[in-house]
Amino acid sequence: MNVIELKNITKTYRTKKNIITAVDDVSFSVGEGELFGLIGPDGAGKTSIFRILTTLLLADKGNAAVMDLDVVKSYKEIRKIIGYMPGRFSLYQDLSVEENLEFFATIFNTTIEANYDLVSDIYKQLEPFKTRRAGKLSGGMKQKLALCCALIHKPKVLFLDEPTTGVDPVSRKEFWEMLKRLKAQGISILVSTPYMDEAKLCDRIALIQNGSILEIDTPQNIINRFDKNLYAVKSKSMFNLLNDLRAYSKTESCFAFGNYHHLVLNEVEPDLDELKSYLQNHIDLEITLIQPNIEDRFMQLMRK
Amino acid sequence: MNTQKEIVIKTDKLTKKFGDFIAANEITFEVFKGEIFGFLGANGAGKTTAMKMLIGISKPSSGNATIAGFDVYEDTENIKRSIGYMSQKFSLYEDLTIKENITLFGGIYGLSDDEIETKCNELLQKLNLQNDANKLVGSLPLGWKQKLAFSTAIFHTPKIVFLDEPTGGVDPITRRQFWDMIYEAAHNGITVFVTTHYMDEAEYCDRVSIMVDGVIKALDSPAGLKKQFNANSMDEVFLMLARNAKRGE
Repeated sequence: MNVIELKNITKTYRTKKNIITAVDDVSFSVGEGELFGLIGPDGAGKTSIFRILTTLLLADKGNAAVMDLDVVKSYKEIRKIIGYMPGRFSLYQDLSVEENLEFFATIFNTTIEANYDLVSDIYKQLEPFKTRRAGKLSGGMKQKLALCCALIHKPKVLFLDEPTTGVDPVSRKEFWEMLKRLKAQGISILVSTPYMDEAKLCDRIALIQNGSILEIDTPQNIINRFDKNLYAVKSKSMFNLLNDLRAYSKTESCFAFGNYHHLVLNEVEPDLDELKSYLQNHIDLEITLIQPNIEDRFMQLMRK
Repeated sequence: MNTQKEIVIKTDKLTKKFGDFIAANEITFEVFKGEIFGFLGANGAGKTTAMKMLIGISKPSSGNATIAGFDVYEDTENIKRSIGYMSQKFSLYEDLTIKENITLFGGIYGLSDDEIETKCNELLQKLNLQNDANKLVGSLPLGWKQKLAFSTAIFHTPKIVFLDEPTGGVDPITRRQFWDMIYEAAHNGITVFVTTHYMDEAEYCDRVSIMVDGVIKALDSPAGLKKQFNANSMDEVFLMLARNAKRGE
């Protein structure tokens, strides 16, 4: 059984002037116990997909099911067995940490004690602040509380919409470690993120852009599909280097990647000597063949 | 780039206290003309507090700082005239057109009508937006908004532009195009002071400072920091420094 199944889902929004296709014929499935990532920028359609699956939004076309339950017909049953953490902080700001958790346990007809095991790891970090109002917590703490509240009824599937956006790298790392532990307890997870470096922490990912899926696979297979030699190039003047590389007749693409520029040439067997002589005015020139990452592949797909 | 390093930001034991909470604790550093300076730190480390003092909207509790040569206690109006500012949260008015936004910000920064007209046309041409000048900013894709917001922030050719998490949520190609614009501005002598949560972006900076619990814990070029902490990436450097942070936001 697939835990999540989407078939040809399309969702449009109408404004006065335009019709915007937020999700365009999207299909994918998430298996039992899988940690599946939707990777893409703002406006890619990630949140619409989450809202359709969590029965908060109706699709225009297509079918979707969670645990074999149809999202339209069986929305009441679905709501009981899923946990959902929306992108925007949606807990009660003027209730305390403890009150929020108790509230969510109560509406799902359970108690904090009954499922404490599942959240204890995370909740322990919050316990020193349990009388603090949720609105007064730091970003990282809010995110941990929201995760606890989404877990307190022991859901079978967890939906996390951009849980790490705007969160600093330390909290992001801790958050992904928590997800790994939840996965080990058998919970299936659909998570979205605009941070490409988080993609490699998922079992499988879908790269998504402008409402369409670009590619679905394991992170490694997606990287392997980058079918060109990729060079990291650096010199003393990175700004001039970027302009020179883009002006080079055999350049297919060149993008700044922090301390290196990532370069793809349009030849089957690139002639690096020619490139080096073209760049001979650059001081401390370095050209290295490197392994691409998810972001390289994402950009390659975007250009197609 | 300039060989004689002109200092455009200088702080000396700059401190901000809220009651007995020390949000920024004796921070001391210099930033040079045309430099891209990354100002990093965990949530709650004191970055925003420090930045507010630097842009002249929050009075320090103690210590000294000059921004573009102007004192942060006495000369805040001159500071505001010498800088540009852009954040992800607020940049442009969505219900004004592209041209109206540019005109508004040009006017706020004291440019004449003629200057605004000329530079506005140049800018629209550069961004390839000539045919969209009368479109509402709210109707533009996020990536375009951010590029336009950055262009508006440097429209009056400030000495320094402050960017507060400018690239959140945009697609990877647009993010690169945004950094191309940052490189170009720095190349033209504008100092870029930027905060980001993308550690790979820290690698674009000439130098980077990392704040933990109100204190600047490290400051060097990305290569220097990686060497100093024996790390492969800025992400590792950051985790080593910030993992033991005591305070949240």
